[in-house]
Amino acid sequence: MAVKKFVVGNFDDEAVLFPAVKKVRRAGYKIHDVFTPFPIHGLDKAMGLRDTSLHTAGFIYGISGTATAVGFITWALTVDWQINFGGKPFFSLPAWIPVTFELTVLFAAVGMVLTFCYLCQLAPFVKKDHFNPRSTDDTFVMALECTDKTNEEEAISFLTTVGAKEVKVEYKETEWWLGRYDKDKKLFHKEN
Amino acid sequence: MSIRENFEVPKRYNLIAFALMAVGILAIIGLWVTSGSKSDPRESARFWASLLQNSVFFLLVVNASMFFICATTLAWGGWQMAFRRVPEAISAVVPVIGVIAGAILLAIAFGDNHTIYHWTDSHHVAEDPILSHKKGFLNKGFFAAATVLTIVLWSVLGWKMRQLSRSLDNNPITTVEGRKKYIWKNTVWAALFIIVFSLTVMSSIPWLWLMSIDAHWYSTMYSWYTFASTFVSGMALIALFVVFLKNNGYLEYTNNEHLHDIGKFMFAFSVFWTYLWFSQFMLIWYANIPEETIYFQPRAHGIYKGIFWLMFIINFIAPLLILMTRDAKRNYGTITFMAILIIFGHWLDFYQMVFPAVSPNKVPMILYDFGVALGFVGLIMFVTGRALSKAPLLAKNHPFVKESLIHHT
Repeated sequence: MAVKKFVVGNFDDEAVLFPAVKKVRRAGYKIHDVFTPFPIHGLDKAMGLRDTSLHTAGFIYGISGTATAVGFITWALTVDWQINFGGKPFFSLPAWIPVTFELTVLFAAVGMVLTFCYLCQLAPFVKKDHFNPRSTDDTFVMALECTDKTNEEEAISFLTTVGAKEVKVEYKETEWWLGRYDKDKKLFHKEN
Repeated sequence: MSIRENFEVPKRYNLIAFALMAVGILAIIGLWVTSGSKSDPRESARFWASLLQNSVFFLLVVNASMFFICATTLAWGGWQMAFRRVPEAISAVVPVIGVIAGAILLAIAFGDNHTIYHWTDSHHVAEDPILSHKKGFLNKGFFAAATVLTIVLWSVLGWKMRQLSRSLDNNPITTVEGRKKYIWKNTVWAALFIIVFSLTVMSSIPWLWLMSIDAHWYSTMYSWYTFASTFVSGMALIALFVVFLKNNGYLEYTNNEHLHDIGKFMFAFSVFWTYLWFSQFMLIWYANIPEETIYFQPRAHGIYKGIFWLMFIINFIAPLLILMTRDAKRNYGTITFMAILIIFGHWLDFYQMVFPAVSPNKVPMILYDFGVALGFVGLIMFVTGRALSKAPLLAKNHPFVKESLIHHT
């Protein structure tokens, strides 16, 4: 677990948040994340996030579902336990398509849900820290990540000038699972 | 706002359209000389079958544009408003091809040649218990009435929808009440069209026009399957015109977001088509009853095997793999390529619906049919171009237009 320091700005309007995100990025601050009560179209682009690769994962899961279904049924019905169904050949693909389809969908769906939970660091019994619980209600929260070189006074006043209603400094734990997010070990230390 | 509102038909565009129509007429003449004029009814049926396949296919494809408009209107969708004039213009082709297709269908039904519609042969029907049972549906009078009524209703209701859209161009509605009333009026007319559409394309008309070529065989899924085929081709046609207009500097407010959604329709309905195609195939394959499997015998195993599987690859595997990614649906090149491929694939689909019954012993020379198809493409280009140039390209006074301008997927 690493403890990091964040400068957290709370906005009450998405129309203010949008230009603020752009200005903060232009000023060179590192945005840890933006938390909003509802999905905002185009915010990901404004934040400079890359496209998610969740759909690539979904495609791979789907293909594995197809391969599993076709492979297993073929093995079971042509090699392991041949059964004559109404005089059809042992290898009768059309009859297997519905099962194959279902397994493709099942693998893709379940796999994507699990991957999504992993990417968002969600799991049963894992407590997530909120910067501000009101980000699930009516507040837009932008968290800037501080490094050793960040001047927090400057960051606070900058966030205020771009329209944040309330700015505070918070320390939060990160890196809860397999250390996916924080590969960078040279982090801010409280004692410095 | 200063945008290029009015489409001017480029000279080269019309030149290409006329050249394609000339190719079509040449192909029809070629067909007439090589088969249509022959006295053997099997030979001359090949000529009529080609006309039937092409005219019905392209009629249903252009009519799918009006279905797209009405379906989005009924759903109170706004995203399509930025390019709505394009499907409107395409649907203006319906009366033109409707007249051609109607004439061809009536000529086939009332001509003396019974090869295509052998239920028109009254002596044959009297001896055939299956066909005499179907006499209530498959008879010349009902066929003619249904055909004429269908084509007239599509044309008139389509014209009404276009009229409603154009009526706002010069007199914007200023009050909220007026806008609500306008949307309601649109909804009612769109609903009427959808009802007619579902009673025709989605249920009965493909049975009459296409399935009755194999009069003994029947499939309740046939019409849905035909609808899926023509709707995905219709979306591809809309995509082609949108890309063409964008490349010529029109439709400033239509952007990648809209193209992405059209691409989604092309992708989704390719899969939907496959679903219906396979459902029809699998049930017949599973039950294995001779009266039913006779339809697939020449197609999947006989001499039409090549066309049958080629069209399956074009219509399912290619869209599934190529159109799957987000980038592909936002790329003009991919969308254009796939749109042409999809239209061609579904044209092949219609080809294998019509010809195996008409010419069971040899696959006819497909180049002639392709020539006829090019003629219809030219006709669609010409009439759509004319319709596009007549009205502004943006329905700027429609209440939902803002929704389309800020559309984001």
